[in-house]
Amino acid sequence: MTNKELKFVVDTTVNFFKETTGMSAECGIPYTKNGSPVMLEYSGIIGISGLRKGSIYFTSNQNLLQEMARRMLDGEEVGCDEFKDLSGEIANTISGNLRKVFGSDFHISVPVIVEGQARDIKLPKDIDAYIIPITWKENKAFLVVGLE
Amino acid sequence: MNDQIKIMVVDDSSIIRKIIERGVTDKNYQLVGTASNGLEAIDIFKQTLPDIVTLDITMPEMNGLVVLEHLLAIKADVQVIVISALSDKGTAIEAIKKGAKSFIPKPFTTEQVQKTIEKLAVKVVS
Repeated sequence: MTNKELKFVVDTTVNFFKETTGMSAECGIPYTKNGSPVMLEYSGIIGISGLRKGSIYFTSNQNLLQEMARRMLDGEEVGCDEFKDLSGEIANTISGNLRKVFGSDFHISVPVIVEGQARDIKLPKDIDAYIIPITWKENKAFLVVGLE
Repeated sequence: MNDQIKIMVVDDSSIIRKIIERGVTDKNYQLVGTASNGLEAIDIFKQTLPDIVTLDITMPEMNGLVVLEHLLAIKADVQVIVISALSDKGTAIEAIKKGAKSFIPKPFTTEQVQKTIEKLAVKVVS
């Protein structure tokens, strides 16, 4: 990814939290990683096809999803189904928004939701995935972008 | 007057459906159905024949833009609002060319959806 593309990913992520919850997230300095992916309690994974291939996923702990869902649903109590749904929707929205920088031949799949560690999820071996640390209301999460 | 307008909400995310549903019912529109995928959307649409539909694009079973063509074939004057994470201009133009009346990129606010429905509801009534 170019610096311009990476900046767009970070800006899109910050904007997502601001728009959906009214509170901005802070993104840490992105770093690259090869091999086994970082995964927290819930992960929403989007497959990417077209001119760019790979995957994008958002991974976080339950606390972040619970707090976000409550804010989005005006305080309604939420459970495991909503945590999974929200992790998929976050990954889907951020990935879909990236068409603005990657173009219309950037195709996204429906989200696949993983609870806990996923041994079957592998990042492409020949590329470094960009890990973007996210902090929202003191909760940690990561956006992982692995594109050829 | 709003309670005469029949609205259907289609999105594979239950949280997004709930947010849109609340926006619809808060304004006293008649929520006639919700669907979480394209095939279900077409089934419920045939049964309820809503005036306005909010429609996601990236969904299991059938892409929302294909669903849009089916809905228009069933009821040509249905007012469809596409609400999608695919927020580039090309996708918005494609949706409008296929017959959508409006396009709202995700992330969105409830107010955006309500204002768009309000504009389209005027067309339904007139």
